[in-house]
Amino acid sequence: MGLNLVVLVKQVPDTQNITGDAMKEDGTVNRGALPAIFNPEDLYALEAALRVKEEVAGSQVHVITMGPPAAEQVLKESLYRGADTVALITDRKFAGADTLATSYALKCAIEKIGKYDIVFCGRQAIDGDTAQVGPQTAEKLGINQITCVSTIEQIDEDSLIARRSIEGGFEIVKSAYPILVTMTDEGHAPRTSSAIKVMTYKNTKAGDKEIPLWNIDFIGADVEACGLKGSPTKVKKIESVVLKSEELQMVENTDEGINNLMHTLITDHTLG
Amino acid sequence: MSNNIWVFVQQDDGKIADVSLQLVSKATDLAKDYNKKSGGNAKVEAVLMGDKVKNLAAEVIQYGAEKVFCIEDTRLKNYTPLPYTKVLVELIKEQEPQIILYGATTTGRDVGPRVASALKVGLTADCTELEIGNYESRGESFENILYQIRPAFGGNIVATIVAPEKKPQMATVREGVMKLNNPDPSRKGEIVDVASVVEDSDCLSEIIERVKKEKSVNLTASQIIVSGGMGVGTKEGFDLIADFAKTIGADVAASRAAVDAGFINKDHQVGQTGVTVRPKLYIACGISGAIQHRAGMDESAKIIAVNNDPDAPIFQIAHYGIVGEIGDVIPKLKKAFMAKA
Ligand SMILES: Cc1cc2nc3c(=O)[nH]c(=O)nc-3n(C[C@H](O)[C@H](O)[C@H](O)COP(=O)(O)OP(=O)(O)OC[C@H]3O[C@@H](n4cnc5c(N)ncnc54)[C@H](O)[C@@H]3O)c2cc1C
Ligand SMILES: Nc1ncnc2c1ncn2[C@@H]1O[C@H](COP(=O)(O)O)[C@@H](O)[C@H]1O
Repeated sequence: MGLNLVVLVKQVPDTQNITGDAMKEDGTVNRGALPAIFNPEDLYALEAALRVKEEVAGSQVHVITMGPPAAEQVLKESLYRGADTVALITDRKFAGADTLATSYALKCAIEKIGKYDIVFCGRQAIDGDTAQVGPQTAEKLGINQITCVSTIEQIDEDSLIARRSIEGGFEIVKSAYPILVTMTDEGHAPRTSSAIKVMTYKNTKAGDKEIPLWNIDFIGADVEACGLKGSPTKVKKIESVVLKSEELQMVENTDEGINNLMHTLITDHTLG
Repeated sequence: MSNNIWVFVQQDDGKIADVSLQLVSKATDLAKDYNKKSGGNAKVEAVLMGDKVKNLAAEVIQYGAEKVFCIEDTRLKNYTPLPYTKVLVELIKEQEPQIILYGATTTGRDVGPRVASALKVGLTADCTELEIGNYESRGESFENILYQIRPAFGGNIVATIVAPEKKPQMATVREGVMKLNNPDPSRKGEIVDVASVVEDSDCLSEIIERVKKEKSVNLTASQIIVSGGMGVGTKEGFDLIADFAKTIGADVAASRAAVDAGFINKDHQVGQTGVTVRPKLYIACGISGAIQHRAGMDESAKIIAVNNDPDAPIFQIAHYGIVGEIGDVIPKLKKAFMAKA
């Protein structure tokens, strides 16, 4: 029989390697100056799905992303690694979606695929670090979830056992399907692309039959619940992080300088 | 609709999570501010669920909750998503609070989004500040709503998020970010028993095993911290840091790079993926001051940076900077302290 596995992946700006020119004068982020990458933990989600496919014969891995046409790149990379089918959910009406509106669109797309057993997400995306889209999608689908999973310990035709990281330890959790899991980067390292698959798909573009475009009508989503309209949260203000360097006092690296510093700290009761 | 401010109180094995008490404390400030600005009468209330948890309610009241809703059910003993979500959603629909705060723990970040999704309301993750204020948008104005302030884009910007149109407004906050009230044992509060709505069919997660060890150090409570980074160089180098820390009565912390290098265990890590600290004094030794590290310590009252690179970013947030080698500066600091104290 096999399992139907859905993986949700996101293309994100590489916020971990932000350089000076990625910040604009007004303190906002210049997305254009940041390379777009496969959200790191989503690669672990894809890896987990591919491993399940290897273990349960006849399984299929479907990868979905919601984003602008340029997000086709993460779908191509998924195909290079062994995804069976991919889809790009893209529509201007999705613009400005917060996590709630995003999870609604993803839920509609997952239901469009039809029968599914396990939905894999990354624990969180590095642009917003919210870790909300996974659980919100599970709630919208009306299914159970296991978040912060490092590894899938055991898998069979009707249930799985996962190792979930919690503060200072872990839980071993069992659940039947359908289930949504969110994966951390503590487990099996993502595989690299297969050379043959790269050859097969390197010229594939969004809109080709291998990377279909799904719009709002196709997935049957309600416009009112999508994009900015469907997003209860609004950004009121954005400020760049100001470092308060004006307070810095340099202390001479001499016995005298350091003695004076200690004297200050002790007299103002910071120390002692 | 009530305009009360709620805290989801997380208990693990019959012990209340520190972050929940910090949030009850923050909620008392928010309620005061809200009531002053609006002339309203918002109260701080808490939701506590588990197997036998009623005895924990008194502690929540000491920190400022005026009412604690208690839900007892053996099926709520350990956190699992569906039963906890169901209980919260039902109670929220009935009571209609205006704000709900959750700890940004693996539990809070599991249940919060499910509740938000079920109620179709907003949720802002990992807030570092919460305030009450007004908001205007396209001719509409909203008074006394929750400003949810959080770092975004890897900590390079700070965004103020609002969710003005729907109640409750919800946020998660990390442990150590909000200050704790002084507990007041004379405080009175109401404990309300709420019948559990959990059914066996909600219990889809079976916890086969649960392993938790106590942290070897609780830095969120530390007043003085000596923290070492890659610049400390070796595991042995950390002995120098630990010895200095002991001399001045401080706890030892570290950067992620130092933890990854195996100089010290992860319980000591400060930063975005470690703990958030706000001591009286933070001495950063051989730490470059990457944004992910600063995120966990830049609220320290005083920061001393010791680094051999005068251009290290850590100096931009330090109050006192010493340019020099760890092996040279730390013994000097120790000697100076012993001579004065
Ligand atoms: C998603 C993500 C999450 C992260 N979370 C965290 C987190 O929670 N906490 C955290 O700390 N980091 C975190 N990091 C890593 C962070 O980006 C930095 O890599 C890390 O903080 C660097 O540690 P460091 O300052 O000790 O090392 P380095 O950056 O290598 O700096 C070492 C410093 O020591 C100085 N030095 C060297 N030798 C000496 C000497 N002999 N005497 C004096 N000074 C010396 C150097 O000038 C340098 O400034 C995270 C990164 C990512 C991508
Ligand atoms: N636009 C999107 N398209 C597909 N998957 C997404 C999208 N946004 C978030 N996800 C999934 O949800 C996870 C958590 O994202 P976040 O809540 O933004 O931190 C990600 O790791 C992805 O697996």
